[in-house]
Formats: sequence, C-alpha cells, structure tokens
Amino acid sequence: MPQNDGLSLNLTVTQGAFTLRAAFDVPKGARVAVLGGSGEGKSTLLLALGGFIPVQGSLRWQGREIGGQEPSARPVAMLFQDQNLFPHLTLAQNLGLAVNPRLRLTDADRARVSAVLARLGLGGMEGRRPSELSGGQQGRAALGRVLLQGRPVLALDEPFAALGPALKADLLGLVGELAQESGTTVLMVTHDPADAQRFASHVVLVAGGVAAPPVPTEEIFANPPPALRAYLG
Amino acid sequence: MLAPLAALALQSGLVLRAADLAALRFTVTQAALSAAISCALAVPLARALVRRSFPGRGALMTLLGAPFLLPTIVAVLGIVTVYGRSGWVSTLIGAPFPLYGMTGVLLAHIFFNLPLATRILVQGWHAIPAERLRLAATLGLPASARFRHLELPMLRAQVPGAFLAIFLVCLTSFVVALTLGGGPSATTIELAIYQALRFDFEPGHAAALAGLQAGLAACAVWVAARVTLPEAMGAGLDRAPMALGGSVGDGPVIALGTLFLALPLVAVLVEGLPGVLVLPAQVWPAAGRSLVAALAAAALATGAALPLALAAARGSRWAELVAMLPMVASGLVLGTGWFLLLRPLLRPETVALPATITANALMALPFLMRLLLPEARRLVADYDRLARATGLQGLARLRFLTLPRLARPLGLGAGIAAALSMGDLGTIALFADQDAATLPLVVQRLAGAYRMEAASGAALLLVALSFTLFALFDLGGRHAAK
Repeated sequence: MPQNDGLSLNLTVTQGAFTLRAAFDVPKGARVAVLGGSGEGKSTLLLALGGFIPVQGSLRWQGREIGGQEPSARPVAMLFQDQNLFPHLTLAQNLGLAVNPRLRLTDADRARVSAVLARLGLGGMEGRRPSELSGGQQGRAALGRVLLQGRPVLALDEPFAALGPALKADLLGLVGELAQESGTTVLMVTHDPADAQRFASHVVLVAGGVAAPPVPTEEIFANPPPALRAYLG
Repeated sequence: MLAPLAALALQSGLVLRAADLAALRFTVTQAALSAAISCALAVPLARALVRRSFPGRGALMTLLGAPFLLPTIVAVLGIVTVYGRSGWVSTLIGAPFPLYGMTGVLLAHIFFNLPLATRILVQGWHAIPAERLRLAATLGLPASARFRHLELPMLRAQVPGAFLAIFLVCLTSFVVALTLGGGPSATTIELAIYQALRFDFEPGHAAALAGLQAGLAACAVWVAARVTLPEAMGAGLDRAPMALGGSVGDGPVIALGTLFLALPLVAVLVEGLPGVLVLPAQVWPAAGRSLVAALAAAALATGAALPLALAAARGSRWAELVAMLPMVASGLVLGTGWFLLLRPLLRPETVALPATITANALMALPFLMRLLLPEARRLVADYDRLARATGLQGLARLRFLTLPRLARPLGLGAGIAAALSMGDLGTIALFADQDAATLPLVVQRLAGAYRMEAASGAALLLVALSFTLFALFDLGGRHAAK
C-alpha cells in the first residue's frame, strides 16, 4: 500500500462521556468539509487535529507522527470560531506573531506582513486594531495570520459563521484561491450543506461518535447516507 | 508565610489566661456586633441609594469606596475629633460622649464597614433582573409584596456574605482597639499580642495568643469559604435609579448616612490643614520609609499574585489556596512569628522595614487574587488557544499578551496593595523603634502624646500619599490597558 502523502488519522478523542473515533486518510491538497449536527464533535475533531485536545492513537502528516506536538510546531494552522486576533495588538503585530512569535521583526519580515495585508485588501491598515475593522476585514486579517504561518494544512472551525452569506462566500472563495496556489490541504467545519457543495472536494460526516472517511462531495449529496439524510431533513 | 506560623506553634507553651479568654470573648463579640449593625444599617441606606436620584449621587457612591483605602489611624483620628471627649459631638450635647471602649470600637468598625456592606447590597439590588421588576409592575404588586418577592430573596442571598466579610475584617482589628479600646474590658486578641510582646515582653504568651488568633480566623475563613463572599470592588455602582418606588424615609436615611461617613473625613481635613504647616521633622523620613515600603509591598504582592492567578486560572486549586492563605493570619500574627524567629539572630529593629513589607504584601495577596483571578480566567479561556497556535510563549507571551490584557486589574491591585501598605500599622508597631518608624506609626505616636495638631497634619499627609499612590497605579493600569 503506498504511503499517504497527506493526513492519516487513526485516533480516539475522549472528553468526559463523549468519545469521537476517526480512522481515515486525507490526501494532500484535498478540500474537506466536515459536516454534521451541532454537538456531534465537528469542532472537537479539528481542535484535536490542531493540537488543542489530547488524542489517543496516531495522527500522521506525510508518514510523520505529529499527535504529540505542540500546536505551534504542527504542520496545521487553525482559524477558530472566534478570538483569532489579539484585540490589544495592531494588525501588523497580530500578523507579525505568525512570522516571529517574539515579535522581533526584520524589515524584510515587516515587508512580508504588509504584502500579505495588501493581498487581502487591507493595505495601509498595519497600525489598526481589530476593533477598528469591519467583520469581513477581521476575517481577512485572521486569514493573513494563517497565510503567513505557511502551514501545509489549514483547519477552519467556522471562522466566518458570524458573517452574512455574501461575505462568507467571498471569504471562502479567497481561502479556496489561496489554498489552490500553495497546494494547502483544507479541513473546514460547516453546518451549511451549501458551503460544502460550493467549496469542498470531499465531505467527512460526523455523527454518532464517529467521523466517517471522506467521500467525494458530489457522490455523497447524490446518494446521502442515513445520517446525512437525517441532518439535511 | 508558614515559617512564622510554625515558630508560633513551637514557642507557645499554650499558656492562656483568664484575661486572654476575656480578650477572645471581646474580639468575637465586637466583630459580630460590628458586622450585624453594619449590615442592618446598610439595608435602608443601600435601598434608598438605588431608588433615589439626587445631585451628588455619583460622588456619594465614590465616597463609599474611600474608607477601604483610608489608613485606619487616620479614620480613628477623625472619629476622635468628632466623637472624642472634647470633640464636636461632646461640645454639641454639652457632656463628654463616652467614646472609649466598646462604643468607640463599634463606631470605628461601622465607619469602615457600613460602606462595604452598602456597596455589596447596592450591587445586589442592581442585580435584580429588570424583567422581574417589569413583571412586578405589570402585576401591580404593592410595595410590600415587591419587597417580599424581589428584594427579600436578594437580601437573603447577599447579607450572610456581607456579614462574614465584615466579621472577618473586624476579628483582626488592631489599630482601632489600640486607640479606642484598651483596658481589660475592651482588648482584642491582636492588642493582647502587641502588649505581651512590646510591654510585658512575654514571647511565649504572645505566641499562644497569636496561635489563638490564627485559629479563630481559620475557623471564620472556613465558614466563609462555604458562603461565597461577595465582590464589592470595581463594578459600576453609579447606575440609574431603580423603579422601586420611594418613601419619605429615604431622604433622612441618605442624609444621616452621608453625615456619619463624611464627618470624620471632614474632621481630618479641618484639623489637619493647619497641622500641615507645622509638621515635626520626624515626619519626612517616616514618609519616605512608608513610600519605599508601599512601593516594595505593591511590587512583591503583584509579582506573587500574577503567577498564582495564572496558575489558578489553569485549574490549580493549590495556587488558589496559597493566595488565600494569608486570610488566616493578620500582619500582627505574622509579625509575631517573624519576631520570634529572628530575635535570636539579630535585633528586631534592624528588620522592621523588610518584615513590614513582606507582611503587607502577604496581606494584600488575597485582594489581588480576587481582582486578578476572573480576568486571568477570561484571558486563558479567550486567548490561550490563539497564543498556542502562534507559539507565543515565555517572556514574549508575558509582554505581548498577559501584561496588556491584565494591565487594568494589575494596576488596580498594585494601587490597593500600595495604599493598604502605606496605611498599615500592624507589623511595624511590633518591630520599630524611634528610628525606623513609618508615617502611620508617627501619627499614632503624635496622637498618643496629645500633639493633635501635628498628628492631624501628618495624618493628612498620609491620606494624600496613600490616595495618590493608589490613583497613580490605577491610572497607570487603565492607561496601559488601552
């Protein structure tokens, strides 16, 4: 069997009485929507991937075990549901942390940060704090942080859920574009099937304490399994 | 913290006498009475304050916070000026007001704690949900029914906590008992410790008394831990009046309460202003020592509270316990322990200042912990994940995350620690000789020598320095938080 060049999961997460099992591979460069009802463990799966929840079993990236690593050492960058930016730091500082966590930035580093901000339509806003931005701009700035981290895997835990449909679609489009350029593997939690159909190549269905192996998006919506049918209603 | 307590245990031969039991009885009685009267008076005062709107309401709410930071010796001087044998009240009624003894101790304790109880209850009233008030209005409930269904349950929840908080504070009353009590019938255990050590020079006896005091406080803290002690600092008290319907009694209640709280403060100001011009020479070096001690105690307390609060916020029960431990020991009890520990090694006078600084920092620790812990919990809950995601750690995390996010409670806490230390007259009274006195000790000595004008002047200087220190730290914290 050829070695998977992406993520390999064979793990169990236990949180009190709740357990979540996940055993599957995600090929490099795939765009996976993690779909399921609330409380089924979608966020738990991503937080485990990001290193914020301990797991039993194995979690590998390109054959290398990463399950015991600190979040900042993993090949995974993550956007949370909220608190993706420090409110007391400027945009330049927030994004600078992704380049150097001690914020000792060279001129070249600062230029990189500015270039990313400009790319995201936030040019000239280096000195602003998150509270001085609109919701959409905050989402873009958070995206800038993970972009600068340059990790091969991006985990999105519904970071744009609080935005309106148009803004959300806009930002997801941007994520897709950026992921395409760098060949990033993306896992995205969503409870909106339309997001999955628009964005994802594969769907991981989380239900009944199990995260099922990814199925191509068209296939799963053409022939939904019972759990998905129940969810879609 | 534990070393002095261990020294106490070793050196006390458990030699308690009849007089000590009288002191124990007086300590508990006065603390219970102080707490009961403060709470009883706070109910009508707080109720009048939350439902009335009048010019100066905001200022009055601020005034309620002042006694907490007012050096005890200063308030005592003000109380003596108002209620003393040749004070304002005695002049008014044409006969000497019997201040000294239980009356004086209660009067001073109520002066300090009525504002605390009132603040707690005002917050309680404001915490009654607006929906429930609207429901009562829709139902057209009469005032009596409104009181029974809305206000009484709140009081039942808040008053026990307020009572215990005040009881705890009054158990360790030293300066008030030293200046307004005294004699066999009005001696607290703290005062007995001081007398045993400074006048009778019976270290074993002092140790036994200190052990008794620590045991008593431990019992009270144990009980208090079962009742959630209310928080009466920082939160916004200056809110719009509530629609509870007024009564004709409100005006007089507010006027009397204001008069009771403001008179001693006015007295210090009136008596102290001329005194400032004739301050004796020993005041200035003492003020310098007090400033140094206050700054050092603030730094020490903040430096200890921050890591403890962060550890507790991550779920360490141990850290929380350590920070609350000083509640069982007063500055005087700790001072007695150190006195006994260090006496064989060196002359106590030489360590007067370091011992005072350490004791004051320890005493401030529980206050700081209460201020910091909720903010530290929020910090961990909101930003720990993001910090880990970006690899922000160590000194960089302290500089770019912890200090900016906690600047406000740190500034407020450091200000409280500095002001409390500036006004403290516990440990220093045990250690200091003529040369190492702090400003509160000089005030007390001047008053003891009946040099009232000089004492009032020095007291005014002490208040000014304490409040300035507090304001500077608090403003600094607010500024840094922006």
